[in-house]
Amino acid sequence: MPVALTVLLGFTLLGGVLASALHLPLLGPVVGMFALALALGLRLRWRRRDGREDIPVPAALGRLADGLIGLMGLMFIPAGVGVIVELGVLRQQWLPIVVALVGSTSLSLLVTALVMRALLRRQPAADPDAASLDGESP
Amino acid sequence: MNALLTPALAPLCWLTVTVGAYLVGVLIQRRLRGSPLANPVLIAIVLVGAVLALSHTPYANYFQGAQFIHFLLGPTTVALAIPLLRNLAHIRRSLWPIGAAIVAGSLVAGVSGLGLVWLLGGSRQVALSMAPKAATTPIAMAISTQIGGVAALSAVFAILGGIVAAVAGPSLLKLIGVTDWRVHGLAAGTAGSGIAAAQAASLNGTAAAFAALAIGLNGLISALLVPLIALLWPH
Repeated sequence: MPVALTVLLGFTLLGGVLASALHLPLLGPVVGMFALALALGLRLRWRRRDGREDIPVPAALGRLADGLIGLMGLMFIPAGVGVIVELGVLRQQWLPIVVALVGSTSLSLLVTALVMRALLRRQPAADPDAASLDGESP
Repeated sequence: MNALLTPALAPLCWLTVTVGAYLVGVLIQRRLRGSPLANPVLIAIVLVGAVLALSHTPYANYFQGAQFIHFLLGPTTVALAIPLLRNLAHIRRSLWPIGAAIVAGSLVAGVSGLGLVWLLGGSRQVALSMAPKAATTPIAMAISTQIGGVAALSAVFAILGGIVAAVAGPSLLKLIGVTDWRVHGLAAGTAGSGIAAAQAASLNGTAAAFAALAIGLNGLISALLVPLIALLWPH
């Protein structure tokens, strides 16, 4: 577990340093996420080359990540409570805000899903049921 | 109550209140058999907001304690690399549909967010804070500052948009007949970032991986597209 924690914090730091040093239009954690995915991908490739067991993610890192991701909702609360500072604007312009939030989020959700589904269907090689392999159906 | 809270205890108090409010939200949702209508984040925000109002606590004082939870968003975003890697094979097979779908979703979110606020007579400030809301909260705040919106408003819109996607997403996707977890996860992550992704992740591992990928890529794409979309606001 100490290794897993160091890896996560280390890649968060690395992402932050890279984002600011290279002036990327991205936040550190997102850069860190791609960097960690790349590092784990390379590790997996080396393990395969050496003929070792095929484990995509070290067990402790997997447990820590699952635990944190399971609590992700909690982590949005402090910023979300900031709504109390903006109550004036929200009260004044509630109609455009509500319509834009609901309308734009729903449109974006539907367009993403429709484009993804249409393009996946045009991929003959892909198994249409691939996604339901590891779990319950929706 | 404020008299009892020494400077050392106040942060601990707000941490506990935040976690406790979240627990109440989770318990309520569990009681309603996981209904997405009872979103634990929304319930917790209302509860904490009420406690702050009743105790006359300024938001800045609250955040001094709650920032420790806020801080975890960074390492947790990095941790999204793990579901991503576990599903590398799925993702590799459909890179092109994934990229095209996220660009389309991101574009629609930005343009329609800005456009709907404009159509209904909202201010420029609100519109520019609305445009980046599909990006994950910290990224939405950064883009908003860059284009002349209000970071705090964008954080609120990103979170409320995430709640809309988490609450309405499952039924909207059912309406158009989506049964593929890859599509479900990708749409949730693109339109509703972390909160909708958390909801999708609680349903299925593949959905979690595609939602994680969507959050990362949409952050990147929004950072590039939304400043251009902001130029659409009539001067």
